Amino acid sequence: VATIDSTAAPVDPSVAGLYDRYRTMFLIRRFEEAAERQYKAARIGGYCHLSSGQEATTVGAVAALQPDDLLVTGYRCHGFALARGVPAESVMAELFGRAHGCAHGRGGSMHLLDVSRGYYGGWGIVGGQMPIATGMALSLVRRGAEQAVLCELGDGAINMGAWHESLNLAAVWRLPIVFLVINNLYGMGTSVERASAEPDLFKRAAAYRMEGERVDGDDLEEVEAATSRLLRAAREERHPAVLEAVTYRYRGHSVADAGLAYRTKDEIEEHRREDPVARTRELLEARGVPADGLDAIEHEVEAEVERAVAFAEADEAPPVDRLAAGVYTPGSEEQFERMRPGSPVGEEELVFAGGLGE
Amino acid sequence: VSGNGSGVAAAPALSATGVETMTYREALRLAMRQEMERDERVFVMGEEVGLFDGSYKVTAGLLDEFGPDRVRDTPISEEGFLGAGVGAAMLGERPIVEVMTLNFLLVAMDQVVNHAAKVGAMFGGEVRCPLAIRTPNGAGNQLTAQHSQSFDGWFAGTPGLKVVAPASPADAKGLLKAAIRDDDPVLVIENLPIYKEKGEVDLDPDLITPIGRAAVARAGGDLTIVSHSFATVRALHVGEKLSAERGVEVEVVDLRSLRPLDVETVAASVAKTNRALCVEEGWPSYGVSAELAARIQHTCFDDLDAPVERLGMAEVPLPYAKELELAAMPTEDRIEKAVLRTLDLAA
Repeated sequence: VATIDSTAAPVDPSVAGLYDRYRTMFLIRRFEEAAERQYKAARIGGYCHLSSGQEATTVGAVAALQPDDLLVTGYRCHGFALARGVPAESVMAELFGRAHGCAHGRGGSMHLLDVSRGYYGGWGIVGGQMPIATGMALSLVRRGAEQAVLCELGDGAINMGAWHESLNLAAVWRLPIVFLVINNLYGMGTSVERASAEPDLFKRAAAYRMEGERVDGDDLEEVEAATSRLLRAAREERHPAVLEAVTYRYRGHSVADAGLAYRTKDEIEEHRREDPVARTRELLEARGVPADGLDAIEHEVEAEVERAVAFAEADEAPPVDRLAAGVYTPGSEEQFERMRPGSPVGEEELVFAGGLGE
Repeated sequence: VSGNGSGVAAAPALSATGVETMTYREALRLAMRQEMERDERVFVMGEEVGLFDGSYKVTAGLLDEFGPDRVRDTPISEEGFLGAGVGAAMLGERPIVEVMTLNFLLVAMDQVVNHAAKVGAMFGGEVRCPLAIRTPNGAGNQLTAQHSQSFDGWFAGTPGLKVVAPASPADAKGLLKAAIRDDDPVLVIENLPIYKEKGEVDLDPDLITPIGRAAVARAGGDLTIVSHSFATVRALHVGEKLSAERGVEVEVVDLRSLRPLDVETVAASVAKTNRALCVEEGWPSYGVSAELAARIQHTCFDDLDAPVERLGMAEVPLPYAKELELAAMPTEDRIEKAVLRTLDLAA
């Protein structure tokens, strides 16, 4: 195996893919750590849900997507955005609420997206993204496209009515969609056992005569292989499916949650011993990639995260006089022009004064 | 793959021109047919829209004409198929989602308010949601508490949504077409009791009723009734009666759009008549008439010769017994009394 420097991928093609995926996993880990620091420094507000510990699931699943496949997720989405190729600067700037964030400072941590990469959000109501992802799959069928939708959700979402309705629609309409259930054992502070009458979540797919499968969500290659196979069946045969990836979140539900009211430090430590980032690095080393090359890529990623923070810090605030931009499609101004008389105080300036449209 | 159990006649050619008398229901159907003909991206989905010919027969015959891909029956899953409409719209389709009645739209409220209405702003204008949602409301057929409600104000008070509520067949066609063509989510509130009302409709496929424009449905100088949907139909009847019997000339401003709201047309009318009565089918507290009253007092403070009056549904869950139901509704009789009261005239 050739020596790896900090700028080039390894020469051995059998390791190249894994090497890239490891880089992304490490990027997510460092990004989330930086996000937590910035949140605690009050540079990031609102809710901030970190995915540390879930990197193998995130990266393995996204790696299985074709470039024109679509991705829809819930709100624990920093890793998904990064894995789909959204620049770390653009993600961090969004977390900072800055003008050059991927949602122009309108969405924040929970509402990342990048339409150019087929990533349609970043949704904040538990389970609400499932019907929307289902409709996207319907649209793919209507236009005869051989593409699929990957819809991420957490274990907590599968007790929502939207889960049932979406899976049923996907099955009766034979839609090209894979529901990726990230089972990190807790929906906020409620364990899967306390919340779900059938804690083998993948088995629920059977109620819709849909394929359901469970993988070790900390095994990058297993996640990617299963997701690839199910996405292919979705694309080529319009077979919807459920993939349950069992993993663990190291941090609390959000940064504001210490994550210890409902689980012990020992439990967390036990999971950290099987850390997916470390496991993937070991895998690379076992396949002959030298440690110094991996160290170098880690330094490179750390610099990338530092640059992202610096970019977000330096980025400008979204202009206040554009407050209403995006609420309605540009061109709607004329429809609203007769609404002004008698507007509540302040509304006229904020909503109608040149705010509409980009 | 079609069943035409209702015996609906074969759809007339879309090439016809001129003006035709048709029902509100037929006007809605014409709008959908024309838009589906015009734009491949337009499709209809909802409960019983296809094989059953529509719960209220608005979509009758569409399955035969356009096939099951474009006239898609759904299971009883309002949250699911409403959200599916949002997703399809985000990819650039033009879905028309029919929800059987406004009462059932509450089951999908999360998708309408938390999702469809948020797409444009929350994602920084990066993606749009050109979705048309059609649903009727209305009371008066002893449908009782869970099936007789008008939540128009809830939706009209939500930034990100547009809400229209036609009162005539011409506007039913024109506003539905505008909603389908609009690039934002538009809720089209139809009305059960007026599905059968007839009126003249211009067949011109390019003629739409612009969103955000009220109409003076009846001119008069004594008092302005501001209303929409079925309340406008009632107000027009009252206007004719009072003109004939008392020589009172009521002006009726038919809002047509609730968001955007055409306050300018309302204010111009009140500036002329100096008195306003806001009538709606829903509960007035925190309702459309509440919004109107606030705007009118602000805009027309110096023009008003009387406090702005409001009339709507009695604030009870609608009862079953015919006498009780009638007592709760903003009937023509009650509108007439409210007009006379606002004019300081004896009933």
